[in-house]
Amino acid sequence: MSQVFDIDFGSHRKPRIVGIDLGTTNSLVAFLDLTGPKIIPGADGDLLTPSIVSYAEDGSVIAGNAARRLLIDQSERTVYSVKRLMGKGISDVKDEVKFFPFRIADGSESVIRLQLGGRAVTPPEVSAQVLAELKRNAEAYLGEPVTQAVITVPAYFNDAQRQATKDAGRIAGLDVLRLVNEPTAASLAYGLDKRRNGVVAVYDLGGGTFDISILRLHDGIFEVLATNGDTHLGGDDIDNRLMHIAFEDIAAEWGEDISHNGEAVQTLRQAVIAAKERLSYVPVTRIEFAFRGKTYQREITQELFEGLIKDIVDRTLSPCRQCIADSRVSVEEIDEVVMVGGSTRIPMVRRAVAALFKTKPHTELNPDEVVALGAAVQAGILSGEVQDTLLLDVTPLSLGIETMGGVVSKLIHRNSTIPASATEAFTTAVDGQRNVLIHVVQGERELVKDCRSLARFELNDIAPLPAGAARIEVRFLIDANGILNVSARDVRTGKEQSIEVKPSYGLSEEQVEAMILESVENAEDDFRERQVREARVEADAILGATEKARANDAWVELSDEQRAKVTAAVNRLLMVYHSEDHLLIRAKIEELNEATIALAETMMNTAVRGALKGTKV
Amino acid sequence: MEHPSQPDGGGVQSARCRQCGESSGGELFCAHCGSLQRPATDYYVFFGLKRVLVLDTEDLQRKFYELSRRLHPDRFTWKSAIERQYSLEATAILNDGYRVLRDPLMRAEYVLKQEGFDIGEQRSKDVPPELLEEVFDLNMALEELRLGDEEAHGQIEEARNRFLAMRESIDKELETLYRRFDDTQDRGVLQQVRTVLNRRRYVRNLVNEVEKELAREGQPAQ
Repeated sequence: MSQVFDIDFGSHRKPRIVGIDLGTTNSLVAFLDLTGPKIIPGADGDLLTPSIVSYAEDGSVIAGNAARRLLIDQSERTVYSVKRLMGKGISDVKDEVKFFPFRIADGSESVIRLQLGGRAVTPPEVSAQVLAELKRNAEAYLGEPVTQAVITVPAYFNDAQRQATKDAGRIAGLDVLRLVNEPTAASLAYGLDKRRNGVVAVYDLGGGTFDISILRLHDGIFEVLATNGDTHLGGDDIDNRLMHIAFEDIAAEWGEDISHNGEAVQTLRQAVIAAKERLSYVPVTRIEFAFRGKTYQREITQELFEGLIKDIVDRTLSPCRQCIADSRVSVEEIDEVVMVGGSTRIPMVRRAVAALFKTKPHTELNPDEVVALGAAVQAGILSGEVQDTLLLDVTPLSLGIETMGGVVSKLIHRNSTIPASATEAFTTAVDGQRNVLIHVVQGERELVKDCRSLARFELNDIAPLPAGAARIEVRFLIDANGILNVSARDVRTGKEQSIEVKPSYGLSEEQVEAMILESVENAEDDFRERQVREARVEADAILGATEKARANDAWVELSDEQRAKVTAAVNRLLMVYHSEDHLLIRAKIEELNEATIALAETMMNTAVRGALKGTKV
Repeated sequence: MEHPSQPDGGGVQSARCRQCGESSGGELFCAHCGSLQRPATDYYVFFGLKRVLVLDTEDLQRKFYELSRRLHPDRFTWKSAIERQYSLEATAILNDGYRVLRDPLMRAEYVLKQEGFDIGEQRSKDVPPELLEEVFDLNMALEELRLGDEEAHGQIEEARNRFLAMRESIDKELETLYRRFDDTQDRGVLQQVRTVLNRRRYVRNLVNEVEKELAREGQPAQ
């Protein structure tokens, strides 16, 4: 039967969608094939691509494994853990940047700019380099262009952090079809080959972020009941504790403060991470560090290590308790706990989770890979390859607007299933007022100053009327990516109300466009040329399919009008085929596709009739 | 707050399909070409339910899952821009509506609002007359507890149990009113529902306050 139906006109429009885990420490890209999700290795065979980007003096950029080697030699030009800076302003990360060897440029209030030699880059641009590396790996492996992706983000990421991630994708030349929450993605990878029904908690402690999500699985529907977390808590914090001890020891032993020497800091960091990782398997190990002929050694027992990180582990437990309360299930009802993220290899973390959830956590899946595998499954859901599975996620933070006295009026509560919306009516306070300003915030606190400012929306060109007479209905809609969309309507006229968005954090649309342009100009192969090439490949596919279909019986069954429509659409596509405008080619492909719908249906029907006849004989 | 205007008629669809121009049959998906139509904004219309206050929540959940499978934006990746937009809007209404209708109190507030009743939050601050004495006694006990009077603790626990019992009886009362409204569709019953809802909201706040106080007290002294 499958050959009979091999006439899918739509199939040429479905390029492969990859799934990307854009991590604090490492990133991965995965895809779905007939046997399930698979991680795509880099050129060196590694599945993990370090989220490290090095900007050389000559303007060239290196990302991934090659950049890791430059962490030490070129520490002031090599960026790591940039995910912690996504969607942030300088005041958010004051305590943190002292651990970074690079300088923050002036004017970093709404977007952080890292000063690397002569150039300043923003976190989305750095992340875009990591994404571009993954994209190249995927294209080399799959042997086809990769332009569409699902990217994972921490569940507890706010609007600005999500937008920054989406911007990074665009700068890297990827159409980000969906942002999916990391713990939810993990549950997809996990749930597909395990249980069909029940309640599952996902505990995700990565390099820089912590998430907890509780889901109900129901015949292929993965319904998130509640989520919580801390976007500033992870393995990096544990590393910093060990670094701190080493700095003090070294200062005492060597009589020298090395904490401002980028090369020393990076070498020590690698030594500390290696020791930390060994401690997950042995009761005692040594931090060993050599620098400029001097050596430093220190024994670390698991006991000492656990004393050092206890408060970090404890900090993950209160979000867990809040999440359980919000999900309205009891601990006893939670059937399983899935562990995600490299930091869940630490025995103390596993013990704490087991004690809280009163169950032995699942550790059989590789915690580094499971999120990327889940992202590939979500990509399969979007492409239609995975039919019976659906993810229903929630918004992690309440959305509200500023009202009188700096008080927040909540419009959409946290843990609401997304897409979610709220409508609010606004009016004017004085006669003839033309503008109304709406300040939107995210967070759980009562006062605006304790919440995260998201954006200011200005309703412009309101018809001049007496105070209170204007009536503007504003619709706040959180989409399936967890990103806010706002639209407004004048109730009296029914017309759309003009609205200007001023995001509090992040890049403006113009800035993103400029970065895309720049990245295109710098790209090795001309992006535009490739888009034209891709459009022609698609044109070839649909022209070929149409040509074949014309030989089919179904062609005769169509009305004269329908046949003329197809022929005209074919001619229009042929006319633009050699143009250099890929959008034009795609528009004509779209037209032909629409024109052939009736033909495809008729062919399908004839095929079914044929098949039915066959069975009777 | 006044009755929110419903420019799209709330539930009534334009009967013509935006995709094929034929009569869509007023359903979510065009009866003719199967493409997704602009969704109804009224939650009851959207779920295909009669405007009643007593709902079978298991049936509602089944409908929610079933509609999610058909309407979610994940299912519309390759569809036209307008269908993708409708899918986003429809799923938002589905999720918003499910959140409201599955909760008996939010459900009743929704119907009240649709029927033009004022359900503003300020109302919860006016003490319902029948609770005046209770509230006075409670405030006294809370004050004494803060001043370190151990005996007040028992009084407050008693008060909590009384309020919990009160909330339970209010819920029963509400259920009776819901049924009466469903049978009669009488606006007068909605008026009663509103009064009882206000009282319930007030009692809920009292319970929260008392529990917060008890939890604070349970913590070790600094």
